[in-house]
Amino acid sequence: MTAKATRESFGETLLEAAENNPDIVVLDADLSKSTMTQPFLKKFPQRHFEMGIAEQNMVGMAAGLALSGKVPVLTSFACFLIGRVETIRVSAAYNQTNIKLVGTHAGIGIGEDGTSQMGLEDVAAMRALPHMTILQPADHIETQQAVRWMLAHQGPVYLRLTRQKMPDVHGPGYQWRHGKIDVLFEPSKKPAKVQATIIASGGPVPYALEAAKLLESKGFAVRVANASTLLPFDADGVARMAADSQRIVAVEDHNIHGGLGSAVCEAIAERGLAVPVVRMGLSSFGESASAEQLYERYGLSAPSIAEACLKNIA
Amino acid sequence: MPTTTKTDASLKQLAKSMRLEIIRMIEAAGSGHPGGSLSVIDILIVLYWKFLKHDPKNPNWAQRDRFILSKGHACPALYAVMAHRGYFPKEDLLGLRKLSSPLQGHPDRLRLPGVEFSTGSLGQGLSVGLGMAAAAKLDKKTWKTVVVLGDGELQEGQCWEAFMAAPKFMLDNLIAIVDYNGGQIDGQVKDVMDIDPLVDKLKAFNWDVQRVDGHNMDAVEKALDKAWAAKNSRPQVIVADTIKGKGVSFMEHNIAWHGNAPKKEDADKACLEIQNDR
Repeated sequence: MTAKATRESFGETLLEAAENNPDIVVLDADLSKSTMTQPFLKKFPQRHFEMGIAEQNMVGMAAGLALSGKVPVLTSFACFLIGRVETIRVSAAYNQTNIKLVGTHAGIGIGEDGTSQMGLEDVAAMRALPHMTILQPADHIETQQAVRWMLAHQGPVYLRLTRQKMPDVHGPGYQWRHGKIDVLFEPSKKPAKVQATIIASGGPVPYALEAAKLLESKGFAVRVANASTLLPFDADGVARMAADSQRIVAVEDHNIHGGLGSAVCEAIAERGLAVPVVRMGLSSFGESASAEQLYERYGLSAPSIAEACLKNIA
Repeated sequence: MPTTTKTDASLKQLAKSMRLEIIRMIEAAGSGHPGGSLSVIDILIVLYWKFLKHDPKNPNWAQRDRFILSKGHACPALYAVMAHRGYFPKEDLLGLRKLSSPLQGHPDRLRLPGVEFSTGSLGQGLSVGLGMAAAAKLDKKTWKTVVVLGDGELQEGQCWEAFMAAPKFMLDNLIAIVDYNGGQIDGQVKDVMDIDPLVDKLKAFNWDVQRVDGHNMDAVEKALDKAWAAKNSRPQVIVADTIKGKGVSFMEHNIAWHGNAPKKEDADKACLEIQNDR
């Protein structure tokens, strides 16, 4: 099982795609070493724009490039992109420009750098923007396919990536489907209703799998699904899984208000399904420590997720 | 057929009729921004009759020059110009701000073909212009990008990010025009948040700067001639001194008319003044 940060998989796939598509251009705001666009800028210096620490102008310039036929990919940390949400609202969403916003170092997974560098509200803000698409792939093979899809898609896309390494959770033959939740793990003995369906996205996905396997070893039947497209959201997929689940546990490295957990609640409430939802994520800011320590402290570790699948719901 | 009408077709006469239309369309809408529309109209006429290559019958013509009205609230002026150039019938001007009209309160590129970028949130247009100019350079195209900004708009930090970036990318095919009418909603620009010494600031940001009387069409044309010819890798900016509410005595220099629609009585009075070309 290999492990690679999704930002690395992005950088490699971007370079590959750029070889075949001369319209792809890249904009950076002094973080290209971290967002993994360095291979691109070394290979295609003419198609790279180093914008300095000025993200608003980067978004606007990308919009102008897109309106002139280019496919601009702009990168920064998720938190610094979402800090310019009004610029994104007008220059990307309202104008429906074909720009690709890549936010890396998502959530508390960035670790030691601490709260000011943590994108924890980005999905919530982006989810309210018309015409936006939000992708959060979980491993290398999924990132490759999501990046290729993003570059071929006409319209603004927000791609949310991890700093930390992500183990493979998909097999080599995996076919990513845009807008669909995929099931990563079904219990070997399936009762009429599983104890829980864990729907995870991004950083916590491997811990969700670990939690399900832990519970399986203790005789509980738990399913794990991966939500890699957060907008448009696969509400039908959630409803189907809710139909044979005693509860849904939504897990994300993001604030629980407005992200994956909220999308799951909306899908279930709007269909009138009587299935309780446990939202796991942050409702506070983060702090400095290693990503693993923070996942433990903020309830995103495998034992915490396993516990959420079992504990009484008030 | 791409157009640059090189006749002088009495641009002053055109300006007069467009000032009337600006007043009447804002009156009909019951809201809108007469002050900044009247200050920028002469500049837009020079651009659309003497410089911009464009094709109203084919608004997406690939070789057209790009124009962005970053101070989107002055769109009544842009709409008057576009109607006269044949993008849509002049009768449609009275639909400004009405339900389902392509003439939104601020320009919307997806509702009105010929608008390059939907503006209204101040500070974003120049960055977008940078992107367009950079794309032209990448593709070795000769079309130009022109962005008209407000003076109050320059209080937005994003404008200065864009001013900083354009020389780095050697965008001598980018022309910014500042409609320096001196007024904004809360008062005089110099009182609200002074942007002076503007020419010095722009020079310090490594732009080629010219300053002209924005109501003297010959002077505007001369400045644009020079900017259009630039091949020195430096972006071009024209600071145009203008009068807010130009052409209507009671609106001139009067902040009350920044974002206020005239009622019939005032509109009639304004139109009479414009017609009599005081």
